[in-house]
Amino acid sequence: MELFRSHVLICGGTGCTSSGSAQLLKRFEELVEQNGLQKEVKLVHTGCFGLCEAGPVVIVYPEGAFYSRITVADVDEIVSEHLIKGRIVQRLLHKDSVETTGQVRALDDVEFYHKQKRVALRNCGVIDPENIDEYIAFDGYKALCKVLTEMQPQEVIDVIKASGLRGRGGAGFPTGMKWQFARNSENDKKYVCCNADEGDPGAFMDRSVLEGDPHAVLEAMAIAGYAIGSDQGYIYVRAEYPIAVKRLEIAINQAREYGLLGENIFGSGFNFDIDVRLGAGAFVCGEETALMNSIEGKRGEPRCRPPFPAVKGLFDKPTILNNVETYANVCQIILNGADWFASMGTERSKGTKVFALGGKINNTGLVEVPMGTTLREIIYEIGGGIPNGKKFKAVQTGGPSGGCLPASLLDTPIDYDNLIAAGSMMGSGGMIVMDEDNCMVDIARFFLDFTVDESCGKCTPCRIGTRRMLEILNRICEGKGEDGDIEKLEHLAANIKATALCGLGQTAPNPVLSTIRQFRSEYEAHIYDKHCPAGVCHKLLRYEIDTAKCKGCTLCARVCPAGAIMGSVKEPHVIDPTKCIKCGACMEKCKFGAISKK
Amino acid sequence: MSVLENKDKLQRLDEVIAANKGSRGAVMRTLQAAQEIFEHVPKDVQIHIAKGLGVTLSEVYGVATFYSQFSLEPRGQFVIGVCLGTACYVKGSKNVLERIESELDVQPGHTTKDQRFTLRDTRCLGACGLAPVMMINDDVYGRLVPDDVPGILDKYRAM
Repeated sequence: MELFRSHVLICGGTGCTSSGSAQLLKRFEELVEQNGLQKEVKLVHTGCFGLCEAGPVVIVYPEGAFYSRITVADVDEIVSEHLIKGRIVQRLLHKDSVETTGQVRALDDVEFYHKQKRVALRNCGVIDPENIDEYIAFDGYKALCKVLTEMQPQEVIDVIKASGLRGRGGAGFPTGMKWQFARNSENDKKYVCCNADEGDPGAFMDRSVLEGDPHAVLEAMAIAGYAIGSDQGYIYVRAEYPIAVKRLEIAINQAREYGLLGENIFGSGFNFDIDVRLGAGAFVCGEETALMNSIEGKRGEPRCRPPFPAVKGLFDKPTILNNVETYANVCQIILNGADWFASMGTERSKGTKVFALGGKINNTGLVEVPMGTTLREIIYEIGGGIPNGKKFKAVQTGGPSGGCLPASLLDTPIDYDNLIAAGSMMGSGGMIVMDEDNCMVDIARFFLDFTVDESCGKCTPCRIGTRRMLEILNRICEGKGEDGDIEKLEHLAANIKATALCGLGQTAPNPVLSTIRQFRSEYEAHIYDKHCPAGVCHKLLRYEIDTAKCKGCTLCARVCPAGAIMGSVKEPHVIDPTKCIKCGACMEKCKFGAISKK
Repeated sequence: MSVLENKDKLQRLDEVIAANKGSRGAVMRTLQAAQEIFEHVPKDVQIHIAKGLGVTLSEVYGVATFYSQFSLEPRGQFVIGVCLGTACYVKGSKNVLERIESELDVQPGHTTKDQRFTLRDTRCLGACGLAPVMMINDDVYGRLVPDDVPGILDKYRAM
């Protein structure tokens, strides 16, 4: 085996690729070659490190120097200073990775990583996802070997049951029970499916696992196949995730080459293979029965249940469907035991959960924490709080199926049951932070607009009910809200929740209900005072010029596209509210801070 | 003129049809290939696929209109996708989208009259760390404010 004096890890996740990490890798390769360092320095293109805010990210070992927001020009300096002369380039280090004394802090001690516990993401940002040998070096395929050579299928299911693992796709159904149902179904053919149709806006943890550690998913699917008695797996992945698709395909081919997929794996007589199916852009396909219809090549509409997929699923055969993150935990449970997994988390939610932290937060990125961590710890300690000195207003979890939680619930320990009790849900793990400038009525409308658009149209409550709700919300945001609208929304919501066919419809009203519950006064301000407290809803805004501050420079009058601002030079100006189109151009341009919106 | 008059492309489509005929999930895979070959799937392509696979046109049309990946109209030279995922939305991507609408005089889901730009509001692109984000073909632009829009569009107008 070759030994290198330095390892350079360059993040190849989607976030960092979007900010140019592929060009960094290319420049590193050029410079390493020019300087003849090929035998001394190893370049590794890894999956996501998690701290997307700081991207593109480069880490140089053995020092553990954590360089953030690197440009191609910076690469030259890192090579000439750090790799050749051995001097860490201080100015490029991530600000939180340096002690006040100037010493480089270990990555684990960086505030963003300190409280995290990486189980599902353990290999992301550590190994080269396109190289099966690196996965194997990190105990890869050891769990599959253990299962096939030492355990009976029922023992595998018992371990998963005892671990307390629940589905990470959002609903939190106990994984072991799901496997047991499928095992109990007698049939000549069964299927193991992986739901990688990550569609919640603002959630990207599954993609990061697929991009950073694809073999962990393949290995877990093979284990599930052995447990339920299946020889065929399908991964249904969004076509919008090109990097993930490519790495999955590479991983599957490598695993086949090594005999870790295919026939007679580990000489045990067990056969299992996996195919990838591309999603074609329909949110509802994240629903299990819709996903199966889509794999079958039909419109991705949900089916009536029962029969449940464990009895009659894909191609009418018994099928289990688990989410990417759920699978990413399986091998670790097999290797470390159910007790180890169950020792993390809360009474009814075991293990860790990955969240995609985004919105109005300093450290946007991917975080994995033990269940039971509070929202406050994630937002303020790991996430670094709200930027620009703004005030926290709400955190949204569960995407279009979830809800918004206010500051008073920040100390809620996160688990499946607590979030539901608080009026939201775990969902797949999007966590979007909102500050005082976000309007809660507008956010509710945003999510409903999403579900209306993504409703497949099969059942009436979802197809028509959500549309009626959206119409009411649109009216409220336009200043045409009426007394009784809130009650009408609640009434419609209750009916849709009770009667829609699938999870998409049943949970679609949640963003509206939770914002009514937690931020009712904002709805009332829109409806009765025709006022948007956050200043978001255009039609409810009123721009005013403070005559004491206005110097009469005429700039605002010149930029106003509607000719709504009048006044002479060096005299205070006035806005004609009947002509104002509320574009905000005047306020942006005013040098004296004289214009405000109310 | 029908896109099927391009013999090379038609032959590629026919190969896909032959390879998938009778197999499970054939409609979806054939449509995905057709979308790649012709960059959209107009009515005559759908009819051709239905005849080739021996399924009804309504089945093909049903799948083609269900998934946002399939486009029934030709796309412009540059496809602009403005992310309206939650993280981008709360950071003001709607204002960016509105600015593009007014700069190009086009609504989301449509193409400019000169066939240069297609504007789309897309689902989460997964680059939440760069919010608000847009993509123009394969180029990603992040941390946008509406005033960035004219400069970026000018680059493509000059191409």
